[in-house]
Amino acid sequence: MTSMNQPTTQLPLYQLAHGRAGDKGNTSNISVIAWDQACFDVLVAQATEAKVAEWFGYRHPTKVTRYVLPKLKAMNFVLEGILDGGVNDALNLDTHGKGLSFWMMDMPIEVSQDLAQTLIIKEYAQSV
Amino acid sequence: MSTLSSSDSTQHPLYVGCATGFSGDRTDGAGPVVDTLIALGGGVLNFETLAERTLALAQIEKRKDPKMGYEPLLADLVGPVLKRCLDHKIQIVSNFGAANPQAAAQRIFALAREQKLRTPRIAVVYGDDLTEPEQLKFLLKKLGSNIDPARVVSANAYIGAYEIAQALKEGADVVVTGRVSDPSLTLGPAIAHFGWAMDDWHKMGCGTMAGHMLECGTQVSGGYYSVPGQKSVPGMDRIGFPIAEIRADGTFSVFKARDTGGLVDDRTGREQILYEVHDPARYLTPDVTADITEASITQEGPDRIRVEGIQGHPRPAELKVNVCYDNGYLAEAEISYAGFRARERAALAGETVRKRIGHLLPLRVDLIGAISIFGDDAGELMGKGLPESRDVRLRVAGVHIDKSIAEKILREVTSLYCCGPAGGGGVRTSLRPRLDTLSCTIPRESVPCGYSFVEEQRA
Repeated sequence: MTSMNQPTTQLPLYQLAHGRAGDKGNTSNISVIAWDQACFDVLVAQATEAKVAEWFGYRHPTKVTRYVLPKLKAMNFVLEGILDGGVNDALNLDTHGKGLSFWMMDMPIEVSQDLAQTLIIKEYAQSV
Repeated sequence: MSTLSSSDSTQHPLYVGCATGFSGDRTDGAGPVVDTLIALGGGVLNFETLAERTLALAQIEKRKDPKMGYEPLLADLVGPVLKRCLDHKIQIVSNFGAANPQAAAQRIFALAREQKLRTPRIAVVYGDDLTEPEQLKFLLKKLGSNIDPARVVSANAYIGAYEIAQALKEGADVVVTGRVSDPSLTLGPAIAHFGWAMDDWHKMGCGTMAGHMLECGTQVSGGYYSVPGQKSVPGMDRIGFPIAEIRADGTFSVFKARDTGGLVDDRTGREQILYEVHDPARYLTPDVTADITEASITQEGPDRIRVEGIQGHPRPAELKVNVCYDNGYLAEAEISYAGFRARERAALAGETVRKRIGHLLPLRVDLIGAISIFGDDAGELMGKGLPESRDVRLRVAGVHIDKSIAEKILREVTSLYCCGPAGGGGVRTSLRPRLDTLSCTIPRESVPCGYSFVEEQRA
């Protein structure tokens, strides 16, 4: 967590991580892979099971489980019951929920302004 | 079981390439993979072509024609590389047999004959298909399902690597399977090559995760990855399919075919190692419970990563089975609105269809261009405010067991041309049979699997 007196700013999760969604039945798993150790530490503190369950609340997950993998600087979120039945049952065009990683990527994360500076520069560097 | 060779660290590594990640993938991936394998002194070529639904669709084809029911693009996949594989002893291992491995084997014999090649030694793995009446009765009871067995389209167990390994040890040029666990296509060759024991759980875990990295084709080498401006992938139009270098100690590296586009780095690798994984300590296959909690991925060189730290635990006691059955019809219909108040007009059109037939079946309404795939079937997100949009496509979808009711969706959306809001155009409709899946696990003894070498049958 950022300290009390340090100014913070809100960034979408994709400034700190990338990820991918996969499906099995009515369950989606979404990886959140930090760009570096500083991002990973912020995400472990903030991207909790409760926060992710709330962020996906409109799709009514029956259970959200977070697995933390420090060696990969990654977390794996398993969201049960969010695919409206899954690849065979759902009426969603995207029955697999392939796009759901991009819903995760928009989740707001509080970041210290010092870290935010480096992230914004990093994204700029990758885009040129 | 016999061990043909000891697991000694000086043993030559095994190279396994994978040239498709699903049925419907690019068919020109194998050439560069095979050329790279030849340059490396040989290896094994995988084609992974069976998603959950693919096998059910193949069963439907087999019912129509007993000579069909295998991967429809088989000849396009194998034809261009069969000569090179046979000449350089690159063994082909694939689940492209789908619902009819025997027929797939015959098609490969025919390809060899057409190309005037030597007759390949082809083995088929059998036993995954559980559609005999007695087996179905057992499965439906196990599932606690009262569906009519006549509605069942396919029932298949996920079988493991053992039969593949044995067939390769006996000199198969090609091993054709139906439903096997995807990573087993890679683990089987590793067992045959290194002589790993089937209860060496660490090695089973390593070979399985090597297969896991390969099984989705380019998803580890730059596919399903690019975000312009954030994560760039060079040469998406000629992305290279992946190859694993598996070593006797179980560690492995992943790289891609030479002279191709794409990207293999610690980011593409980390996205793929977690793909479709639930508990990272318990990745279940018929062969092992693989554990990636201590796995690490490091960049070894350009477009090359090293994976280490995989663990393995004893395999699950039972095998997973998928039962696919007919369950009515999926109807989908779309119409577009553009210009001022496009979103409002599309929403009004959707409401109009709801009022007319919403009492007959549950409908899903999407406003493509404003909100569609993020939304849930109940439309809860749509109620939370929508972005303005000047180019919106209304989609209405529904399922019904009665075809004539499902068809009403098509008719109601089509009639919006005249009876709906202003300026609606571009109606497209589709009606398809729907297949649903039930899953359970059953004792291994209930799945009498094996393998056999096939004789060519000339017409």
